[in-house]
Amino acid sequence: MSNKVQVAVFVNGKKVQKKVEPRLLLTDFIREECNLTGTHLGCEHGVCGACTILVDNEPVRSCLMFAVQADGCDIQTVESLNSVDGPLNVLQQSFSDNHALQCGFCTPGFLMTLTHFLIDNENPTENEIREAISGNLCRCTGYANIIKAVQQAAQILQKEKSNSSVVSAQ
Amino acid sequence: MKPAVFSYLRPTNLQEALMFLEEYGEDAKILSGGQSLIPTMNMRLSAPAYLIDISRISDLNYIKLDGDFLAVGALTKHKDIENSDLVKEACPLLSEAIRWVGHAQIRNRGTVGGSIAHGDPSAELPCVLTALRGEIVIANVDGSEEVLVPEEFFLTYMLTSLQPDQMVKEVRFPIIPKESGSAFLELARRHGDFGLAEVAAVVDIDDEGHLLNVKIAVGGVNPTPTALEQVEEYLIGKKLTDEVLRQVSDLTQESVDPESDLHGTAEYRRELAGTLTVRALKIAVERARGGNNNVQ
Repeated sequence: MSNKVQVAVFVNGKKVQKKVEPRLLLTDFIREECNLTGTHLGCEHGVCGACTILVDNEPVRSCLMFAVQADGCDIQTVESLNSVDGPLNVLQQSFSDNHALQCGFCTPGFLMTLTHFLIDNENPTENEIREAISGNLCRCTGYANIIKAVQQAAQILQKEKSNSSVVSAQ
Repeated sequence: MKPAVFSYLRPTNLQEALMFLEEYGEDAKILSGGQSLIPTMNMRLSAPAYLIDISRISDLNYIKLDGDFLAVGALTKHKDIENSDLVKEACPLLSEAIRWVGHAQIRNRGTVGGSIAHGDPSAELPCVLTALRGEIVIANVDGSEEVLVPEEFFLTYMLTSLQPDQMVKEVRFPIIPKESGSAFLELARRHGDFGLAEVAAVVDIDDEGHLLNVKIAVGGVNPTPTALEQVEEYLIGKKLTDEVLRQVSDLTQESVDPESDLHGTAEYRRELAGTLTVRALKIAVERARGGNNNVQ
């Protein structure tokens, strides 16, 4: 019996159209149908946050969505943060500079949660950062270096923003 | 693990959703945000043959004033409650509680109707609804509606009175008057995790601080969220003295029957319910005294 359903989504700006089983989780759709393996599956029941992606610009757990539910949605995964072989973006570089990862399994989820967080929070306090990442588990770092990385990224992004506003004012 | 095979139905309006329910009722589950249902399917604790995805029914997504109630459509997302000025204004208790619902990623998908229909006794919205004596509007397949109060709706742990051919259409939170004070408190191992115990309280006081009206409910410590009627009656006409608060704690602890799990023992949870109730009452009275029921 085939009960496959047509799904059309934009993944990192590219339109993807597939016929999938309704039970296919969005994470597996991204990993297996789109061949984007940066999104990781940890607990598979919405606790660890490793599978966090942006759906219509909001962080969600992709293991708690069926691909069919994302029909018509705009999806961004960790692969959208920089080009293949290109330089790391500010947040990724800050993670690298501050040893904000060891095994790296949880990192894609943190990066997507924080990408959204830093848009609305230009100058976050440590507590705000801690609350922002409370839905993502990391078993290596103890979070301290992740918080440092976010603080560094926020500073750099703010500086970049004020520089660009100076340029545009000239 | 991966979910079992199911057929996917996506109605575009309420009537169509109810028709699907009539046809597949026993074998079907309603899917809205999926933040409680999908974990159970991933773990194969549930394996419905049909999923009726109601998330595209846009006219079930609203927050509006309706007489003495703040009426919230079943498909309203937690994040919409969190960001709503109308909710802050009309029902600050709900604004305060919503931030305890899961993590931001969950609140971006999870819905009010889903949280109510799931019937988790440690969930925040059922506790708030129980404290406020709110209402649950249920749609039947024949187009009729039923209105239930929380004690009729929440039957026991994860079980509600919702029949296979019914769905939650609207949740109605009584508006909290400006002069009242309210507070929601919860203790979880980590903010956003399942609460060990939680309390929702609303009070009215006179100029000298005597309680005129008290509504209070606890969650996570009984098979359903529980209105503390004994505590409410006891408090009328009293001030929150140390002796009164001791009595409140004792009465609360007598009204709950928590279970032990790896996060905390039954004994600990019972005491916690007493302590949180006392703290919530103090905060609610303070906010009523300040004349503005501001939630930070």
